[in-house]
Amino acid sequence: MNARLRSSLLAPVLAVVFAAVLCAIVLIVSGANPGTALGAMIGQVREGQVAVDIVNSTAIYMLAALAAAIGFHMNLLNIGIEGQYRVGALVAAIVGGAIVLPPVLHWLVILIVAAIAGAAWATLPAILKVTRGVHEVISTIMMNAIAFGLAAFLIRRDQFGILVGNNVTTEPIPSSGQVPGIDLGSKGTIFGLVFLAVIAAAVYGMVMNRTRFGFELKASGLSPTAAAAGGVNAKKMIVVSLLVSGAVAGLVGMPEILGRDHAYTLNFASGYGFAGIGIALLGRNHPVGIAFGSLLWAFLEKAKGALDNVGVPKEIATIMQGAIVLSVVVAYEIVKRMELAAEQRRVGQATGTAIAPAEEAAK
Amino acid sequence: MSMVDVQPAASGMTMTPPPSQRKLPGWAVFILGTVAVVGVLAMTSYLTGQPALTSTLTMQNTVTLGLPILLCGLGGIWAERSGMINIGLEGMMILGTWGAAFGGYHWGPWMAVVTGMVFGALGGLVHAVATVTFGVNHIVSGVAINLLGAGVTKYLSTLIFQPLSDNPRDSPPIQQFDTFSATGFADWLGELERAQRVIISDVAGLLRGLVTRVSPMLIIAILLVIATYFVLWHTRFGLRLRSCGENPVAAESLGVNVYFHKYVAVIASGALAGIAGAALVLGSSPSIYQEGQTANRGFIGLAAMIFGNWRPGGTLAGAGLFGYADGLRLSATPEAVHALLYSAVIAAGLLVIWQLANRKWITAMLAAIGAVGVYVLYFFTDELPQEFLPYTPHIITLVVLALAAQRLRPPAADGVPYRRGEGD
Amino acid sequence: MTDTEVVTTSPAVTLSGITKRFPGVVANSDVHLTVRTGEVHALCGENGAGKSTLMKILYGMQPPDEGDIEVNGRQVHFKSPSDAIRAGIGMVHQHFMLADNLTVLENVVLGAEGLYGIGAKARGRVRGMARSVGLYLDPDTLVERLGVADRQRVEILKVLYRGAKIIILDEPTAVLVPQEVDELFNTLRTMRADGYTFLFISHKLDEVRAIADSITVIRRGTTVGTVDPKTVTTRQLAEMMVGSELPSPETRESTVTDTVVLQVEGLTLETGDGRRLLDRLDLQVRSGEVLGIAGVEGNGQTELVETIMGIRKAASGRVLLDGQNLTRAGTLARREAGIGYIPEDRTRHGLLLTEPLWANRILGYQTRRPTARGAFLDIAGARKDTRRIVEQFDVRTPGIDVAAASLSGGNQQKLVIGRELSGEPKLLIASHPTRGVDVGAQAAIWDHIRDARAAGLAVLLVSADLDELIGLSDSIKVMLRGKFVADADPATVTPEDLGSAMTGAGHVDESGLLVTGGDE
Repeated sequence: MNARLRSSLLAPVLAVVFAAVLCAIVLIVSGANPGTALGAMIGQVREGQVAVDIVNSTAIYMLAALAAAIGFHMNLLNIGIEGQYRVGALVAAIVGGAIVLPPVLHWLVILIVAAIAGAAWATLPAILKVTRGVHEVISTIMMNAIAFGLAAFLIRRDQFGILVGNNVTTEPIPSSGQVPGIDLGSKGTIFGLVFLAVIAAAVYGMVMNRTRFGFELKASGLSPTAAAAGGVNAKKMIVVSLLVSGAVAGLVGMPEILGRDHAYTLNFASGYGFAGIGIALLGRNHPVGIAFGSLLWAFLEKAKGALDNVGVPKEIATIMQGAIVLSVVVAYEIVKRMELAAEQRRVGQATGTAIAPAEEAAK
Repeated sequence: MSMVDVQPAASGMTMTPPPSQRKLPGWAVFILGTVAVVGVLAMTSYLTGQPALTSTLTMQNTVTLGLPILLCGLGGIWAERSGMINIGLEGMMILGTWGAAFGGYHWGPWMAVVTGMVFGALGGLVHAVATVTFGVNHIVSGVAINLLGAGVTKYLSTLIFQPLSDNPRDSPPIQQFDTFSATGFADWLGELERAQRVIISDVAGLLRGLVTRVSPMLIIAILLVIATYFVLWHTRFGLRLRSCGENPVAAESLGVNVYFHKYVAVIASGALAGIAGAALVLGSSPSIYQEGQTANRGFIGLAAMIFGNWRPGGTLAGAGLFGYADGLRLSATPEAVHALLYSAVIAAGLLVIWQLANRKWITAMLAAIGAVGVYVLYFFTDELPQEFLPYTPHIITLVVLALAAQRLRPPAADGVPYRRGEGD
Repeated sequence: MTDTEVVTTSPAVTLSGITKRFPGVVANSDVHLTVRTGEVHALCGENGAGKSTLMKILYGMQPPDEGDIEVNGRQVHFKSPSDAIRAGIGMVHQHFMLADNLTVLENVVLGAEGLYGIGAKARGRVRGMARSVGLYLDPDTLVERLGVADRQRVEILKVLYRGAKIIILDEPTAVLVPQEVDELFNTLRTMRADGYTFLFISHKLDEVRAIADSITVIRRGTTVGTVDPKTVTTRQLAEMMVGSELPSPETRESTVTDTVVLQVEGLTLETGDGRRLLDRLDLQVRSGEVLGIAGVEGNGQTELVETIMGIRKAASGRVLLDGQNLTRAGTLARREAGIGYIPEDRTRHGLLLTEPLWANRILGYQTRRPTARGAFLDIAGARKDTRRIVEQFDVRTPGIDVAAASLSGGNQQKLVIGRELSGEPKLLIASHPTRGVDVGAQAAIWDHIRDARAAGLAVLLVSADLDELIGLSDSIKVMLRGKFVADADPATVTPEDLGSAMTGAGHVDESGLLVTGGDE
């Protein structure tokens, strides 16, 4: 068992190390000191609210990565997480601001609405895939763009938006719909929905590894033909997988909206979708891997501000992220081939299938 | 999955081959299609009183905005014809925009094209190494390249452009190409256009847009279209490259160096995306590199390629269509864009007639429902919401994909991972 | 270039001491082979004996670890197929290597554009050569429009175009109907007279004896011997290939009961353009009975099996299991009703190759004990049962955590059979159950099927191995073009008669029973 753990960690660790070395080289070439850069970033964690920000971001990234991982199990690349979480957040914010319910129930309903809206935005690509064979990568990318348009439209002042200072937001969600966090004073507030991310990861792990649904999902991704012979309806699985992925994606914006902004604003963040894909790859679709990957990503995002102080363009963090994604998939391929060859050798030796010319009792 | 397997053998059970795809040669379809499109637009323009639909300015914008899409689509063809999916065109184009701005700033517009191309090709090289040598899933690698491309350009911008333009997101403006116009001819066309006579004015307007303010970029792009066609379909290298995308194991067994051809194809693909980036920079005003400039045009280029059935001529048509959608939005009032709905109704109407002629009742009915639906939308709205306008190409892409996806013929081994010696 | 006539001192091809190892397996060990110029030399051996690897070495696709190759008396070292082609060797693969979307001309010319270009000159040359192999099509036809025999002709054309004089044919008759086999053999004889040399890989022994001048047998990676077909019988050849007494699947006492387990009525399956892949089929399988389906591949056997399993949707007809109407049920429901399924291609339809053995145990059984409890999987139960299968069915593996891909074909198949028999099925559908399986595993599999049959299982057996079919079945139906055309009694029918019925040339009496031929 230890050997398995070691080999599953090998690729991600190799990838991160390689990406770090690459970035160090880039820094050196552009005249900066990698050591100083790293030191500045680590030091940044102690400043102000950065540590809390990292924790909060980790939770958000985890949700996005889980959404991506669900798709990955079925060999589906749900690039549409970007659009799905935007639509989910917007619709949920609008509904949340419009209804009146007792606390807890209020924000639970908002969460459900967000998930449904996210799944709804994934429906068209899902249907196009199973009925017309349209590849989900292109269709979801188109949906992402259209989501921007939809969001811009819905937040117009003559639609659902209201003017708040210099910003346009949706109707603010009353306190019954706000999720309390853990207030650490000057250090910031940890979003209450961080626990949502943890629960989501746990549920994901359990469903994937211990339920019939998870088994059928994985089987469909590994071999649609074998899964069909084993009684799994591949087309149904594709649609379900994309819808569930969209639903989880819809929740990505919730920690920020329900824990801090209480409305959808023009500053609503983007980029979580691609981050989620990268983290899911890095974490090999495993809940623990995803957690660690999210932490790393959040660290890079939040601590990079410190780089300005040492004269390093903070985009090096983005390069690091991109490099990690690329190196991790390359590392997987290398490790996978090494492992398969090793295992075949082991089995060959153990079962004596090495053919010896002379004897061989044809049993 | 990729190997062409033996057909089941049975006396009398030999499969009937699929009906021949084309009764008309490619160029005839192209001309017929152009005539149809111009006709529909002309009719719409006349019936809705929106001359902007076929105006010179619209056409010029179509060209400017369609060029990057066309070049990305060509890049897609090169890659996919060799069996490599290149989702990373967007990232390579971003690299190209940066490279073009850099080269253009220092050495002028022609060098901008060259440096853009080089930067894009570098992106292609990375993709090739990951997918061909290491066997990474093509799409995942493409997504990573997009991330990396964006990150690297942002970094380089902050490092190099910020001191020059005071803005890490923009580059300083670069010198543009001198454009030229066929003035005599264009003036005559201008008169025709102003005369506002049905069809003639429309054709005049469209033509005039093609012959005025012509940038060398357009010429380069057309030459690349022709070159792509010629090289891929009429040279030995092209045949070998295509065979890698149809049946790489067979190609290997015949002594074709599959890895080499895939490498060249993907690098060429990146180079074309880089030139697309250059076209984008040179075509903007001001002509600068700008963060977020590419706006998913790489993916629209892929859509144009699919629309064009993986052929250069078809991709040209697709790029024209998408460029038109983009261009109209820039040059015309929202009412004009709204009028496009009307042409959708007309087009759907033509579709209904065609399907009825082919006795395809169900599709005809669906098209009729679609036509009515779009007409209702047209009738009850005065203008399309402003916010959706920038995304008309994306919506059109989805529609095209949904309708056309099944009549297409992608290379048989597209996207299939290949390793040397694993055949059989 | 042709060294005609008398001075045939140098054989066309000499392989000496060829050895090739792969991780965990020795594919060829000290192989010796000599092929004279202008002869048809057959290479026979079972699946996995090493024939394909040997030919890949001769064709330059793999380098040998040890040993020498001589072509026309000169020693050669091939680094790639191009070297082999230059030496005059061409290979026609069993699985055709053709690109459907390219034309005949493009497929032939690919890789050899330097010879005559890719334009008019090449086209003319191809047109000329095509006739000599019996291909009468425009070179600009897309390959996807060609039938099997024509595709093979294009493959032969490919090697001729490149100037091959020594041609390797890998299982060329595997996909041809008898009439096409005759055409091929005639072509070979004509070309042999023109000085071409053929190396013919096959395990269809009677065909080999019909065409070959000389036969070399390979077993377990090494040469057993070279014989003259005129002096050996088919049975002797088979024994050389297998190395011991041929396992014989003969069954003695009947265990057929009266209870009908599987009832199929009027089953029809159509393609999009109305062609019938299955045409109003009726069949019944009783408890304790093995019903064998004989037929040349591609006549609907695969479709029949998949329709009964629910993987394909029938256009009309009924499927009843033990009286229960399953016609509208999905695959999972049919499995749960008591059908076990051994697919003909275990790697694509039976196993998740990258998953461990215990995960593969769950496949198809994810709703039932012992691998599942309600909506949840019972991993401990799955592991325990996997261990049981490994022991009971003699699956050779170091453990149940290895990936299925690491097992040999025979052990994979044993695992699948163990799994499919473990759900206490009422009906077992076995499609080519011993394909690609070594002899030892084959005998074990037959035993398991026989034991289950004795315990009351109904078995629907599809197989291309006529000995297996005759030996295991209680009754046989012959399938042709989606219809049942004859019934046969395994106790009296011979493989030759069955073969004729399968190809439509059989002699069948009014009641549909095959009339067995006299002698031979």
